[in-house]
Amino acid sequence: MTLGETAKYVRSKNAGPFWMTIDVFCDSREAYDRLKASTVLRADSIAEVYHVDTNAVKRFEVDDLMVIKASLPRPYPQGSRHERDMHSGQQYVQLLDLDI
Amino acid sequence: MNVCKVFVPYGALGTGIPEESFESGIRMGPDVIACDAGSTDSGPYYLGTGKGKYAPDSVKEDLLRMVKAGCKLDVPVIVGSAGTCGTDSGVDALFEICAEICREEGLSAKIAKIYAQQDPAQLKAKFAAQKIKPLDAAPNIDGSVFDRCTNIVGLAGAEPFQQALREGADIIICGRATDTAIIAAMPLMKGCHEAGAWHGAKIAECGSLCTTNPSEGGVFVIFDEEGFTIEPTASDSRCTAYTVSAHMLYENSDPYHLREPSGLLDTSNAIYAELNDRRVRVTGSTFTHQPYTIKLEGSARIGYQTVTMVGIQDKRIMENPEKWLGTLKGYVIRKLNKYQFDPASYEVDFKLYGWNAVSGSIPPADYMPREVGLVMTVTADTQELATRIAKIYNPYLLHFPVNLDEQLPTFAFPFSPAETERGAIYEFMLHHVAEVAHPLELFRVEMVVV
Repeated sequence: MTLGETAKYVRSKNAGPFWMTIDVFCDSREAYDRLKASTVLRADSIAEVYHVDTNAVKRFEVDDLMVIKASLPRPYPQGSRHERDMHSGQQYVQLLDLDI
Repeated sequence: MNVCKVFVPYGALGTGIPEESFESGIRMGPDVIACDAGSTDSGPYYLGTGKGKYAPDSVKEDLLRMVKAGCKLDVPVIVGSAGTCGTDSGVDALFEICAEICREEGLSAKIAKIYAQQDPAQLKAKFAAQKIKPLDAAPNIDGSVFDRCTNIVGLAGAEPFQQALREGADIIICGRATDTAIIAAMPLMKGCHEAGAWHGAKIAECGSLCTTNPSEGGVFVIFDEEGFTIEPTASDSRCTAYTVSAHMLYENSDPYHLREPSGLLDTSNAIYAELNDRRVRVTGSTFTHQPYTIKLEGSARIGYQTVTMVGIQDKRIMENPEKWLGTLKGYVIRKLNKYQFDPASYEVDFKLYGWNAVSGSIPPADYMPREVGLVMTVTADTQELATRIAKIYNPYLLHFPVNLDEQLPTFAFPFSPAETERGAIYEFMLHHVAEVAHPLELFRVEMVVV
């Protein structure tokens, strides 16, 4: 199964002009536990997808909400001359097809 | 029991909500009506130029409702981050709209203007005194950055708002402020639970985004000495423990902590209790005071841009658009070098929409698009140079073949001229905080009666 098939809803957004944050929501304990155990959402995997330093990735498991959250520095500040995604709103899509 | 009821009608002034949802918030009897009017989220242009993002017509409609309701109930109206970016020009522009509303409606009001724009010389002195500190992932700066920025703002905490309220303001128009300070200022002043005030303000700052119907209506928050209770004002919407607690994740790099000028909010032990099917009560968050700091935002003009767009469906190019583009670039770069342009004075960027423009990642091996849109962006020291470079690329963006020895194809320009000048462009330069002697050091409060 892919991450996109396992999670209920995934989103990404700027957290200020210098950070991006990704929220992966689950609607069952089973799906949440599978994603928590998967290597796909580990800090090093996230760092590889988005080309940032592993140590810069902050990862959180929000058990009450069954959410895995990862925050990382943007590759360049928001709105820089070669911006691809002003609000980082489409950056999560790269994760959806990853096999968990 | 100290209680403060805050109505937050809009996630941002200028986005609007249905009349019924607004009226319903007013019927609940707020002690203050508050919202923000901006953020950095639309990019560095707004702060760089001091211009607003929302149409003045939409801003006026939303502010008119707030001002009329505030006057009718005799409660203050607070708007922060005026004009999207919160520069002095943003405050003045919103003040003008507000004064116009008062004139047209025959209302008299004491208006507080809180200015949050920063003096570069003062910041340079602070930087030299090591009182400006980088936040996580901040760019490296030196003292020259403060002069390079066209505008720098500081994010006001609760205190400048409280100062204006103490001076009897009916309406407060503030420059850049933390989203939360706008909402938390009055509950804090009335002696409500400190962590609860910041936490409730964070949950409410995007209006209905913390409810089951994020597209409609505002939120109503009752702050007290133990926490806060929140509910939507739209009749078809609900707050649930899930929607409310999940909002701490939104646009926040840390799901439990939020740094405010006066300290750190920690919601790790917060309890979200559903009182009924619409209302959620939140208690248990904590707030730790830390040295008072003001976050700075600055934007500088870094050049001028010219953009060319062209559509391509040629099947052989679709097999590997990047290969074709690579050959094209190599060809034109040789030409630019022959013309002796200084390579440091311009940059050319290509995005292939339909291929990988949004992610920048490598598409799957078997992927072949039906068409791609190529966007070329030239950034240069002057507009003239940016367009000149773009024009050198023009014939190749129109005709460059897969193999140089074959008939010239012609690609699909949507525009004549093909080049579009974007004007000056800006970049964010600061992700820093300034240490201050007291909360109002970097802000000016002016009272005006209209």
